[in-house]
Amino acid sequence: MAAELEFEKPIHELEKKIAELKSFMDEKNIDLTDEIKRLEEKLSNLEYSTYSEMKPWDRVQIARHAERPTTLDYIGYLFTDFIELHGDRLFGDDEAIVGGVAFYKGTPVTVIGHQRGKDTKENVRRNFGMPHPEGYRKALRLMKQAEKFNRPIICFIDTKGAYPGKSAEERGQSEAIARNLVEMAGLTVPVICIVIGEGGSGGALALGVGNYVYMLENSTYSVISPEGAAAILWKDASLAKKAAESMRITAPDLKELGIIDEIIEEVKGGAHKDAKRQSELIDDVLDSSLNTLLTMSEEDLIEQRYEKYKKIGQFGFVNDSIVVK
Amino acid sequence: MIKGLFVKKKKYATIPTGKVKQDVPEGIMSKCPECKHIMVTKELRKNLLVCQSCQYHYSMSSQERIASLLDDGTFTEYNADMISKNPLEFPNYVEKLESDRKKTKINEAVVTGEGKINGVSITIAVMDSRFRMGSMGSVVGEKITRAIEKAIEKKCPFIIFTASGGARMQEGVLSLMQMAKTSVALKRLSDKGLLFISVMTHPTTGGVSASFASVGDYNFAEPRALIGFAGRRIIEQTIRQELPDDFQTAEFLLKHGQLDGVIHRSQMKKTLGTLLKIHSEGGR
Repeated sequence: MAAELEFEKPIHELEKKIAELKSFMDEKNIDLTDEIKRLEEKLSNLEYSTYSEMKPWDRVQIARHAERPTTLDYIGYLFTDFIELHGDRLFGDDEAIVGGVAFYKGTPVTVIGHQRGKDTKENVRRNFGMPHPEGYRKALRLMKQAEKFNRPIICFIDTKGAYPGKSAEERGQSEAIARNLVEMAGLTVPVICIVIGEGGSGGALALGVGNYVYMLENSTYSVISPEGAAAILWKDASLAKKAAESMRITAPDLKELGIIDEIIEEVKGGAHKDAKRQSELIDDVLDSSLNTLLTMSEEDLIEQRYEKYKKIGQFGFVNDSIVVK
Repeated sequence: MIKGLFVKKKKYATIPTGKVKQDVPEGIMSKCPECKHIMVTKELRKNLLVCQSCQYHYSMSSQERIASLLDDGTFTEYNADMISKNPLEFPNYVEKLESDRKKTKINEAVVTGEGKINGVSITIAVMDSRFRMGSMGSVVGEKITRAIEKAIEKKCPFIIFTASGGARMQEGVLSLMQMAKTSVALKRLSDKGLLFISVMTHPTTGGVSASFASVGDYNFAEPRALIGFAGRRIIEQTIRQELPDDFQTAEFLLKHGQLDGVIHRSQMKKTLGTLLKIHSEGGR
């Protein structure tokens, strides 16, 4: 059973109550059908209102859920014959990023993604999904290989951010991220990016320069974590909830800001409730977007990516008429 | 707020703002923030804002930088009137921009344009740490991208001097995306076989360090400039160990193979001039 989230508490309490009544009815042989029916209706209403009006902070909690499906989970559902490929050929193998080749409905593809651990032991091995430079360089190596053999690239984004550490700085964390941004811009094959959990700043973007960028409904994408933003803006990390609201980090926010192409719907209550069903929802979007991109020429793919990023941003000019709020 | 009572308060480090604030020389005499050597301000300016005693490089405004590099009277500015909006409706953002505009006499944290160095035509972008710590929002990203596009159009080299604390938080993820926007433009520049020189000055961190600053055909830095991806204090908290004194300085990066060279300000124009000459004579 998934760990309970704060905003879901009323739902779980009501579920418990219904279960109690049911067992009471069986035990004592009293007819409580009407009562139970009434409560079940109430539950369904409560679920609807809770999940349809989710606050940014609720989504942050779902995006960070320990049982939220990871890149390797989706690879298992969406692709066949996946072969993982390791190492950047320069320094080492960073397990915070996984990548390899596979088939997607018969089409050979390269799949790359950030990889969190499912438990403490795996998280230590995978550095909590926070890559070092060698992770980004492995990703780039696999992208270049995909380009050579004309395979589309699918990237799953799920990281708190690139690792902030001494060794990462020494080995050029900045350069590794920057290089990926520039090189992804020029790839002659289709690139599809899907934010499946947390999209933490430059460490997320380094796998995120694509022809299409999608976000799962409850994923986030931000320039800095809500905690980090709160610490800097108000010198108080406990105001993360407030920061999550003002920083505009949810999928609907990014759609409105013109940064992502589409929101991928999640199963009720979040992807962790049903990873298989969630994969089907991703599959629908992946299938149609890949079919569109596969018809485009190499030049058009690069041009489309250029135009896509070129138009992101909002600015004005000194002599514009003053906008009154 | 009642809820606040139940949340455990954590103390987070803030990113140090470095020496930028204190070292704008004003008045007749100026004291070096590093070695306390006192110089006549006029002499200091003549020395390109470098301390004669310890070679400390003061922060330079974009105007001073351009004057120190470009041939006299050759600079033409692009998009000087482009200004930020407040897309996230962030409290106090508009006021902060307004006050920085007054203080710096520029409209945003980067000045772009074209000019000549030793007679060679270039396009150039110079970031200015006095304006919102040189942070990159939509305007900075757009101006740099347009300057790169100009370089492509005119088939000339593009040079950038970076000075930035990173992405501008008040524009949230729009700021983050400027890293991608400038990168797609740089890729196009590179594919045309055109030259890109990046010179990192104090400070060059976060999203600026992790995008255009690090991918020049040549990457240089000024002596002792702070350059890095993550803030020092955040790293110290993460790894719980002391970092070396020279951590994330230009010299540290040079030692770790991240830079082509550390160049004293007095040699900057000469070095760039020579490189431009090499590129204009051989091949492209």
